[in-house]
Amino acid sequence: MTVPRIRFTFWKAVFLAIMAAGIYCTFLRFFRGLGASTNLSDQFPWGLWIGFDVMCGVMLAAGGFTVTAAVEIFNIKRFHSIVRPTILTAFLGYLLVCAALMYDLGLPWNIWHPLVMRNPHSVMFEVAYCVMLYTAVLAMEFSPIVFEHFNLQRPLRIIRSVMVVFVILGVLLSTLHQSSLGTLYLIMPNKLHPFWYSPLLPVFFFLSAIAVGLAMTIFESSMSSKYFGRELELPILRDLGRVLVVVLALYGILKFEDLYHRGVLKLVLVSGYEQRFFLLEMFLSLVAPLGLLLIPKIRESAQGLYLAAVLTLLGFVTNRLNVTITGVENAVGARYSPKWTEVVITAMFVALGFAIFGFVAKYLPIFPEEKVHILALRESEARFAEVVVPVHAGD
Amino acid sequence: MRRRGDLETKMSKGILYDATLCIGCKQCEQACATENGLPYDDHIAAQEITSAHKYTAVLTKDDKFMRKLCMNCDDPACASVCPVGALKKTALGPVTYDKSRCMGCRYCMAACPFGVPKYEWEKAVPGVRKCVMCSKRVADGKQTACAEICPTGATKFGERDQLLEEAKKRLHDNPGKYLPHIFGETEVGGTSVMLLSSIPFNAFGFRTDLTERALPLYTYQVLSRIPDFVPLFGTMLGGIYWITHRREDVAEAEAKEKKHNGGGR
Repeated sequence: MTVPRIRFTFWKAVFLAIMAAGIYCTFLRFFRGLGASTNLSDQFPWGLWIGFDVMCGVMLAAGGFTVTAAVEIFNIKRFHSIVRPTILTAFLGYLLVCAALMYDLGLPWNIWHPLVMRNPHSVMFEVAYCVMLYTAVLAMEFSPIVFEHFNLQRPLRIIRSVMVVFVILGVLLSTLHQSSLGTLYLIMPNKLHPFWYSPLLPVFFFLSAIAVGLAMTIFESSMSSKYFGRELELPILRDLGRVLVVVLALYGILKFEDLYHRGVLKLVLVSGYEQRFFLLEMFLSLVAPLGLLLIPKIRESAQGLYLAAVLTLLGFVTNRLNVTITGVENAVGARYSPKWTEVVITAMFVALGFAIFGFVAKYLPIFPEEKVHILALRESEARFAEVVVPVHAGD
Repeated sequence: MRRRGDLETKMSKGILYDATLCIGCKQCEQACATENGLPYDDHIAAQEITSAHKYTAVLTKDDKFMRKLCMNCDDPACASVCPVGALKKTALGPVTYDKSRCMGCRYCMAACPFGVPKYEWEKAVPGVRKCVMCSKRVADGKQTACAEICPTGATKFGERDQLLEEAKKRLHDNPGKYLPHIFGETEVGGTSVMLLSSIPFNAFGFRTDLTERALPLYTYQVLSRIPDFVPLFGTMLGGIYWITHRREDVAEAEAKEKKHNGGGR
């Protein structure tokens, strides 16, 4: 059950290597400028940092509002044990998105300008406000974990009594900005390829955020069970898998109807650059995960759920990259692929995400239900407890 | 949101470029560089592309010419998408840029249907660069530098409405000489800069499939619903919470009552 020592140091080495490269690239970005550190151009003002770090970053953090809404608002109690890890993922995700944005903005020290220089007709303005407020809400939703750790009863009571307000606010803000990331592209009817340009862009972005939120929760539960030696909450993941099937099916039907009504369906069969990426996206985001999850044997198994979740994540990451990069390449008459520095910075934020999650989960009560579990284990199987208890040494 | 009617269009200035009168002398390029404090030499003159150091370019196709510059849209996508209002459409016509507001998100560049805004990629403190239709000169009642220098009158500055009438008259009076299209009359809702040509505009890389609808309307039709959506959705979420937690309240009250009754006995 213990995590093999060699493996642990291997990942540590990988992490340190990425960090070192990241620090060098940070120097390049801030002292040499965007031109020296990216493949961005006048034709391609948005690249990997917007396409992945921001667009995918916000999407991958959607588990926070999805699961919180299910548990706190819809009162589905059996999901309760996974609320905290998803809130941590979301809080961390949004902090990393904000950090990554500092790299992409040409004048990052002006990031506070939308606070006072308002243009309510700008989708970007709305996204900026929502992301800022939602990050604050996530801090509030995360705070009980810290209060619990330091045994601060009074603030804990206060925050719990008003938590429902933050929960509703969080779901509201998430709904707004997850969909608004799609609305950003509505102003480019002549630029974005018809596979992706649709008046329904905000709806697609919102629905896919929910799907990704669920998939990310399955992914993260599987990962943490593996690395913290926790027992997998398989019944919960099975339920999430079912909800994922429904959300993906809704997305798929809406996608089909949208392509049909806009007369784009026939393009799907015409060989082309965009078509190949579109088919890849459709396979990864819809065909493969739905195909897997509709087979009961796979849907019930931990490995099957994990695979379907990973495919869903890859599929919608492809979708966001298609919207930001593939879909506009022909219109602007240029191809874009990220420079190595861009890839390193993105890798750095992904690595930071994993590392900080692991660190926080180790020292703060992220998996509170485990305590009961450990006691049960202690009685029956002492060797399990030996592994699990040190993980929760900080409790 | 600016509409055609909101602007005092009578006051709004414009540029009419007539490619059939252009001799390709590129004096407009030079005057533009001088006006904006940009370098200009033979090397830059040979670049038939606009950039962070070249706001207007004379494009050549065989013996035909065309000018590329900011169209200064009536309802510009760039100004609509700018989260901090660094880009603005002025009542006089020019679409201006204020670097002190800019945070460098480059949404303007992504949104512009003409690919006009350029970025100072090489600088550590970069800004957006584009033709601003000589906003300072225009505010002082002067014409743009490019129109002032033009030796043949190919680039003409004036009231947009009058220039549009004149363009229509030229097309009407010289059938066959022009392509029967005024580029900028209706493109993306109309632009302050209008172009006349004898050959199709796409020969110079201009998009001829642009919508006639002002682009900001595409996002505004979604954004404008948000203020109505927030109280509705908020109430819905609160309502669902209230309903789904009702059962617990009932259970709790019943448990209390039972306890109370039990204790009373």
